[in-house]
Parts: sequence; C-alpha cells; structure tokens
Amino acid sequence: MSLAILTYILGGLTFGSALMVVLAPHPVRSVLYLILTFFFISGNYILLNAQFVAVVNIIVYAGAIMVLFLFVLMLLNLSKENEPKTKNVAKFAAVVASGILAVVLIAATKDTMILQSGYQTSDNAQGLVEGLGQLLFTKYVLPFEISSVLFLSAMVGAVLLAKREKQITNEL
Amino acid sequence: MQSLSNKRKVVSDKKMTLAERIYLPAVFGGMWITFKHLFRKNNTLKYPEEQRVFAPVYRGMHVLKRDEEGRENCTACGLCAVACPAEAITMVAAEREPGEEHLYREEKYAESYEINMLRCIFCGLCEEACPKEAIFLTDRIVPTEFERDEFIYGKDMLVESLDHRIDITKRQHTGKRSAI
Amino acid sequence: MDTGLIIEKSLLVLAVFGITLLIATYLTYFERKVAAWLQDRIGPDRAGPFGILQPLADAGKMFFKEDFIPRNADKWLFILGPGIAMFTALMTGAVIPWGPNIEAFGRSISLQIADINIGILFIMGVLSIGVYGIMIGGWASNNKYSLFGAIRASSQMISYELAMGISVITIVMMTGSLSLRDIVDGQHGSFGMGWNVFYQPVCFLVFFITALAETNRAPFDLPECESELIGGYHTEYGSMKLGFFLFAEYINMFISSAVIAALFFGGYNFPGMDAFSGNTLAILGTLAFFGKIVFFIFVFMWIRWTLPRFRFDQLMHLGWKSLIPISLINLLITGLVIAFNEGWF
Repeated sequence: MSLAILTYILGGLTFGSALMVVLAPHPVRSVLYLILTFFFISGNYILLNAQFVAVVNIIVYAGAIMVLFLFVLMLLNLSKENEPKTKNVAKFAAVVASGILAVVLIAATKDTMILQSGYQTSDNAQGLVEGLGQLLFTKYVLPFEISSVLFLSAMVGAVLLAKREKQITNEL
Repeated sequence: MQSLSNKRKVVSDKKMTLAERIYLPAVFGGMWITFKHLFRKNNTLKYPEEQRVFAPVYRGMHVLKRDEEGRENCTACGLCAVACPAEAITMVAAEREPGEEHLYREEKYAESYEINMLRCIFCGLCEEACPKEAIFLTDRIVPTEFERDEFIYGKDMLVESLDHRIDITKRQHTGKRSAI
Repeated sequence: MDTGLIIEKSLLVLAVFGITLLIATYLTYFERKVAAWLQDRIGPDRAGPFGILQPLADAGKMFFKEDFIPRNADKWLFILGPGIAMFTALMTGAVIPWGPNIEAFGRSISLQIADINIGILFIMGVLSIGVYGIMIGGWASNNKYSLFGAIRASSQMISYELAMGISVITIVMMTGSLSLRDIVDGQHGSFGMGWNVFYQPVCFLVFFITALAETNRAPFDLPECESELIGGYHTEYGSMKLGFFLFAEYINMFISSAVIAALFFGGYNFPGMDAFSGNTLAILGTLAFFGKIVFFIFVFMWIRWTLPRFRFDQLMHLGWKSLIPISLINLLITGLVIAFNEGWF
C-alpha cells in the first residue's frame, strides 16, 4: 500500500517537473527541471526494480546529455530583451504540429491505460544487469546491434562535421 | 662560445620523443624531486620564538649616538641629508647656549632631526657621510604603524637614551672610534 | 522490517557521515601540511599542538564571514550550487564496503551501507551529476570568470568520465559483478594479494588520472585556476557557501581514494589476512582500507604540489586522444584474455 502511495507521489512529481520544463521562464531553468524529471523517472525505474536502467538513465541523460544542453544554453545570451521575434505563421504551425502530436500520443496510449492496476514489483530480474544482458544478447540482439550501427554512423557524421575543410584552392 | 656556467640549457623546438610525449617519466621524475624535499631541513623559523641571527653589517633603524659623557654627537652639519639618496633626512640646526654644554658636544646642534622611514632605503650612506660619528644604522627593525605620519621619526625616537645605550660595536666597524 | 537492521544501518550511516566530514576537515589541514613539507616549510602550527585545531579555526572564520549574494545573481540557483556539490560528494560513501563483516550482538553486521548490485555504476552516476553543483553555481553567479570555470568543469568532466567508465568496465569484466563488495572480495587471491592493480596496471593508471580530473585536483584544476580565472566557479562565493565548495572537493578526494583502493588495491584485503578471523579480521581489514585511502590522498596532494596545471587544449588532447584509446585497447585485450581463459578459442 505504501508502495502505491509512493508511486503516485513520484508520478505526480515527474508530471509536475515535466510541466515546469515548458512553463519555466528561463531556458536554463527549464533544462534544470528536465534534469529533475530524469531523476524522478529514474525513481520510477527503481520502483519497478530496474536499478540498472535507473542508474544508466542518470549517467547517460542527466549526467552527460543534459550537461551538454546546459553547456550550450549557458553560452547563449538568452533573455526577454533579445528574444527573436517569432512570426505568426510559425506560431500557428507550431500549434498545429503539437496538436497533431498530442492526438497521436493520446491515440497511442488510450488503449494501454488500464492494463495494470498499480506497479508490479516483480522479483524477476529483468531490470537488473543479468536479465537485461540476457535479453539484449538473445531476444533483442538485432535491434541492439542495429542501434549500435546507428550510433557509429552518428559518430562518423559528427567527426566529419567537426573536421576542418581541406584547403582545396591554393592561395592565389 | 664557452659558457660561463654549466647550467645553460639550449631551448629548441624539436619534436618530442615518445618518452617525452607520454609525460609519465617526467611526471615521476618531478615527483621524486618533491619526495626528496619531504626529508629536507625546514627553512622556516617560528618567528616570535626563534629569531634569525642578523649579519654584523645589517642596516636597520638609525640611532643618533651620544658620546661618553652623554652629549649628543650630532652637529647638524647636514652632510647626511646631502648624502641621502632618498632624501629622507631633514634637520634644523641651532646654536648651543651657555649652560647646555652637558647636552651637546659641539657648539652647533640639531634642534630637530627627522628621518622619514617610509622614504629611507637603509643604504647606510648617512652613516658613511657623518664626520662626527653621530648617526649609525643598527640591527633594530622599524616597527609597523597604522598611520603614515608615525613613520617620520624625530629626535625622540632616534637619539639613544642615557640609561639605555645602543651598542654598535659589533655591527659597525668604522675603524674610527671605540665603543659608545 | 527488521528493527535491528534499521538501527544498524542508521548507525552506520551516521558513522560514515561523521567520519567523512571529519576526514574532509582534516584533509584541509593535511593538505597545507603536505604542501609545507614538500616546500621545506613548517605549515600551520599555531592553533593547538602542531596546529591540529587549524581546521576549527578555518571553519569558525568561514561561519562568521558575511553571507553574500551578488545583486545580479540568480538567488536560488546560487544557493543550490554548493548544496548540490556537497550532496553528491557525500552520497557516494553509501556503497563503499568499508570493511569485512563484524560479528556483534549475535548478528553479522556488514560495514557497507547499501550493497546494491550496481554499486560501481551508482558511484559513476553520482559523480556524473556532481558537475551540476559547479555548473549551476558558476552560471548563477552571473560573472564571466565563474561561467568560464563552470564551462571548463563540465567539458572536462564529460571528457574524462568516458575513460573512467571504460576502465571501470575493464575491472567489472575481471570480476563479473558491478557490486563493490564482490569486486573487493574478488581480489582476495591466495594471500589477500590478488589486487587488480597487478593484473591491470594500465587500467589503474587511466583510472587514477581520470580520478584526478574528476575531483578537479591539480594538474587538472582548470575550473578554479587562480591565475586566469581568479577562482573559477567560486569567484563570487563567500562564507560557508564557499566552504561547501571547498569541502566538497576534499570529500570527493577522500571518496575517490576509497574507490581507487577498493577497485585496484584490494579494499580491505591485506597480505596475511588469512591468519585472522572474526572481529580481529574486520578491524584489521578496515584499518588496512583506511591506510590505503590515506596513502592515495597523500599521492593526490603530492601530485598537486609537484605538477603544473595543464593547458586546456592539452587537457582535451590527453582525455580524448590518449586516455580513451588506451583504455579501449586495454578493454579489448582484457576481453580477449578472459575469452581465451574460458576456452572460447
């Protein structure tokens, strides 16, 4: 019973901080709220007995990717005064696009909503390292390998972009 | 060209060797040097308790000497002020009145004698210039103050007191006169 | 819930918390002493005999300083920065096995607050969020030097976390477990000398260098580089908030030494430990572990007072072009050797 209460509290906090990402007045603050959201999501993972996923979520998202986000946002001089003017057309397009996204999300989740009543804190070790490793190297080996190829191509692309272009034209 | 000392190092822009590029030999070398310093003797003195021995020729705060009978040596000739490269010394001369023979040795004396200790560079030229062996630099250190005017030392600070003579024999071997 | 367990764990938490704070306090004193010894000086010796009350004097001074917040600073984030730094620094102590089990009151008490099965990953995770304290503090100060310090800190930490992670994975491959207790127990060997450092010297070197960088210690102390950045991220800080930042650095140093000792130097294993058993073993093991920790803290300080600071491009060069390839190759070789030993070929 206490677990269920914990779940609801954690869920509410996750939802609240996710909302604050959108509502926060300053971009740096919204990034910080996003980091907080990741922590709450990790808390949810731990309630599901998936400690490995929880920690990896923190290491990868909160610890690495969001640091880069924060890094970039800190360097930009963002404030109310020099905010670029958004055209009305763009605003309209944004509303339409996010509306469509919302419809898709609702459509996708409405069937799965009442599948379980409360969390199943099963003691099967699926979220732990052993279980996850077994699954990744047997059942999901193809998607796993394909995603690693995707990362490799992303890395190659990044290196290519970062590389200084060779001086083709000799100095006249 | 022959080098004067064998400490010369030729600076070059050559490409580093592998051993130099991985830094580690140099790092360990440096750490060995600092490790040896762990066992060296300390250079620090615990100041108020231990004090460093001054060299015999140390030049610190000035003193205006009296002679054996307790008369001031200074005759306010002004040679020290002329010799002073920092122009720290000023004085006003006065004539000795009858009845003051026990106070001043010569017929003329310094009514006021001031040294600005903030200007003074403790070079000792005043001492060398003095024909009457009146001013000497001693091993005393000029104390710190909070106000600038407190560093202008008058005769009250400079002339030695009768019952507390300042010994200069060890510091100042002028060869001209004996003790006190 | 077992009441005994709760009492036991709470006491352990309090003990670890207290010991960590105490050691971090005395590290400030020890650092100044080591610096003095390496430079042929005496060091602080006025407060109490040999100056051992110096940390108290420093703390007292910190407390009575004005608690200042710059006018243009982001107030809440400015306060949050040192808090996060301190919080993350203190959290890591929870998964480190401080010693073998103690038998007392008819129960076997584990000298580890939480033996979670992903112990080493937990440390990596906490370490990776430790940078937020510096980043938030540096940004919220609204000062260019602080911002530079924060940016340097974040790029440095991200770069060195990779090499650190890879060298940790190498050790995990050797042991086959992410739990720190399993890793330490796995180094028992035949005489308590099966330490990982003998099998993985390269990995140890990489880990040690990255640990220096992660704790922002010299020669990787670019984020607080006095000569260019005044004080880096803590330029605008004063009073106990500054104290928190500095204190967090010393706690991090203590924890890093503990992790190095646990991962590579056998933790509480020591030569000839098989001759003892029970509580004697537990006490001796804990002492051995703390001995190793103190040794590594000394090495950290020794390095700080020996080496000059890296330049930023040298730092990035070392991280990305040297340490990561070296640790990757080391990982590959380790994997091949393990596969060979298990008869895959």
